[in-house]
Amino acid sequence: MSGDWPYRLREHRGTLLAFLAFVVMFAIYASNHPVGLNANVATTAANKGVLLAIVAMAQTLVVLTSGIDLSVGMVMVLANCLASAIVVGSPRSTALGVLAVLGVGCLCGAINGLIVIYGRLQPIVTTIATGAVYYGAALALRRVPGGDVNASLAEALTGQLPGGSVPASLALLLGVVLVVWLPFRHSATGRAAYAVGSSELAAYMSGVPIRRAKFVAYLLSGLLASIAGLFLTCITYSGEASAANGNTYTLYSIAAVVLGGVSLFGGSGSAIGAIFGALMFRTIGDLLFVFNLDPLWQPLFQGVVLSAAVCLGAVRLLRMRNRLDLYG
Amino acid sequence: MQGVAKRYGGVRALEGADLAIDAGRIHAVLGENGAGKSTLIKVMAGVVQPDAGQLLLDGRPVAFESPAAAHAAGIACIFQELSLIPDLSVADNVAISNPPRRFGLIDRRAQRRMAESALARAGAEDIHPLALVKDLSLSRRQMVEIAKALARRPRILILDEATSALTAADVMKIYSVLKRLRDEGLALVYISHRMHEIAELADDCTVFRNGRSVATYPAGTKSDREVVELMIGREYSAVFPPLAVRATPGDAPRLELRHLGWNARLDDVSLRLHAGEVIGLGGLDGQGQRELLLALFGVLRGTTGEVLIDGRRVAISGPAAAKRSDIGMALIPEDRKTEGLMLAMSVRDNLSFAALGRLSRVGVVDGAAEAEAVARMVRLLAIRSDGTDLPASSLSGGNQQKLVLAKWLMMAPRILLLNDPTRGIDVGTKQEIYALLRQLAEAGTAILFYSTDYDELVGCCDRVLVMYDGRVRRELAGAEITEHALISSALNIGDDARSARAAARP
Repeated sequence: MSGDWPYRLREHRGTLLAFLAFVVMFAIYASNHPVGLNANVATTAANKGVLLAIVAMAQTLVVLTSGIDLSVGMVMVLANCLASAIVVGSPRSTALGVLAVLGVGCLCGAINGLIVIYGRLQPIVTTIATGAVYYGAALALRRVPGGDVNASLAEALTGQLPGGSVPASLALLLGVVLVVWLPFRHSATGRAAYAVGSSELAAYMSGVPIRRAKFVAYLLSGLLASIAGLFLTCITYSGEASAANGNTYTLYSIAAVVLGGVSLFGGSGSAIGAIFGALMFRTIGDLLFVFNLDPLWQPLFQGVVLSAAVCLGAVRLLRMRNRLDLYG
Repeated sequence: MQGVAKRYGGVRALEGADLAIDAGRIHAVLGENGAGKSTLIKVMAGVVQPDAGQLLLDGRPVAFESPAAAHAAGIACIFQELSLIPDLSVADNVAISNPPRRFGLIDRRAQRRMAESALARAGAEDIHPLALVKDLSLSRRQMVEIAKALARRPRILILDEATSALTAADVMKIYSVLKRLRDEGLALVYISHRMHEIAELADDCTVFRNGRSVATYPAGTKSDREVVELMIGREYSAVFPPLAVRATPGDAPRLELRHLGWNARLDDVSLRLHAGEVIGLGGLDGQGQRELLLALFGVLRGTTGEVLIDGRRVAISGPAAAKRSDIGMALIPEDRKTEGLMLAMSVRDNLSFAALGRLSRVGVVDGAAEAEAVARMVRLLAIRSDGTDLPASSLSGGNQQKLVLAKWLMMAPRILLLNDPTRGIDVGTKQEIYALLRQLAEAGTAILFYSTDYDELVGCCDRVLVMYDGRVRRELAGAEITEHALISSALNIGDDARSARAAARP
């Protein structure tokens, strides 16, 4: 209908803003790149971006229910270590290995969900604890970095699509959106997850299946984190139980979610926004590179951009008429 | 539609409440604050479970363990703004309990049609189905709430003060919608304190008092006066200290309000409060009393009108400004657990918070002065605790409330605002609080006292302002303050009530 577009624009404002900001940044990056945007440059950039984008999607699912998942990075690391051991050999054993890795991811997410729902613990505490457990499991699997991965799978995922110069990782990302995110977004359970995040009380009063919504959100979060771990294995051809890596990805995923216009209070935003948030966050780092700045400035620069994004989100507080609402 | 009947007996906030609702009728439920109306609805909507008694639906006993179960049985409840999800669109909200699905996913087109027809049924075609609920005004949200209930095609529709946030035009639309629904054979339960609405809509009425249903009668068979008589009748459970007789002070009032307004919730409120005076705020719950106190305390933004302290105009920007010594205002909040105390901190720390400025020298808290002031307060209010180092959460409810009072008394306020301070505390503590208020007033504190307990207003106040819809509708003074007068002016049925009061007097 013709009168709909202002409302649609309003609903997807955060996602659209993240998309536009990314496009602008990427244009600056591509036009200033010393070599120009050839297939190899694009593929390397895409691989790094997609890895964070998938972790950010995992984070989004939980954040939408007004939770937070501090174990996503560790689930990724665990999946990485597991994949470096079992995603090898014949196509058949590789396929089984992939399924096992994804299964473990789902299991990790399910454990988080069950503890949050039935233990009634705060998500932040729960996932710090389970994150440590998942990291411990990863360490048990790989005391020292090593392992391998099926090379044809790795090349298929991290190279370029056959017959063109399009990075294969973008196809993977598209696949994840189509298979995981969109069905979730348009299911009754996904709607319930938004409702729970926006107002759990109102959701309860409306007879929304609160537990199922939270459980599915955590489960899919674990699944996505394990997909990221698998992809990481394909990039590095090895597994490493690195706590630093896990923590970095966890924190960056939260940054990407915020940049992507997803509300940390829950109930608003989309994983598509988080994807662009992640790509934007990666591009910020690369911008320093093309302008020949010392990489030491990268954390500072990323921090400044993140602070600016958070400040934009706080503008709504200025409109509150009852100061008690600020603390509610 | 078959005939619908329900019955309860013996629920705690409700005691032996009975209610029978028939299909094709609008059944009004009346009662004063705390008469059990809201508990009654919560039981019917599956929000709380009754401890005793039973619900019968079409003659068969049913039990709802959650709102979802009540929905499934065809009961839809319209609360005041409780069940909408702010970040979702109107259409999403209307369809939330059971969205139309195709291939397992939500069918957005079908949902859109469903929302449009529900909005049309509620007479709210002007609301765009894709608008986010959080962008709508309160009255529009209420219309969405009604559309949402209708979209469920309920057999029983419960409306709890559903029209309180609506504009007059919307109310007329809702009337015709409700009458149409009745003719379609729905059973409607209508809870309202607006007597003219009940006269306009209801077929049957039930009056609640003290958690019991005291009378059921066909609408129009009792006068407003008789209805008020039915609603009164609480037993006196407290004894009040005698009111001191004071000469009317001639000087400028300590606190004066001129035409105070805020959004649509407060409208043209004026009052004059003198030193040593206790003014009560009466009326039914949620008529703007709480907002009035918050506005005075500087919590609300965008208030209009003037506030004068000792005849001087002031702008109070927040609680920190309100407690400054030239204003000296303290607010005892309604929810002591979240707004009044830091439960995990010690009794002593809680007590000295509001007065830390007085107890410190160059920014450092003077421990000896603090200990002395705390000991004085604990004695004055007879706070029973096992030691002032224990957390505030270890005290009983009544003692916690005394602690909140003591905390603010530490700063020796000149104006004391109280928001229903005795709700949920025992009779003994209540008595102590009444005596303390009287003592403070005699020492010259000006007190503004909101209470949902009419006895308290009768027993404690020199004057009572009765609020309705954000305005002061009546002012009662001295012997005029009776439970009868309070209830009838709270219901805004002025003239009839006045004659009733005259008739009640010997």
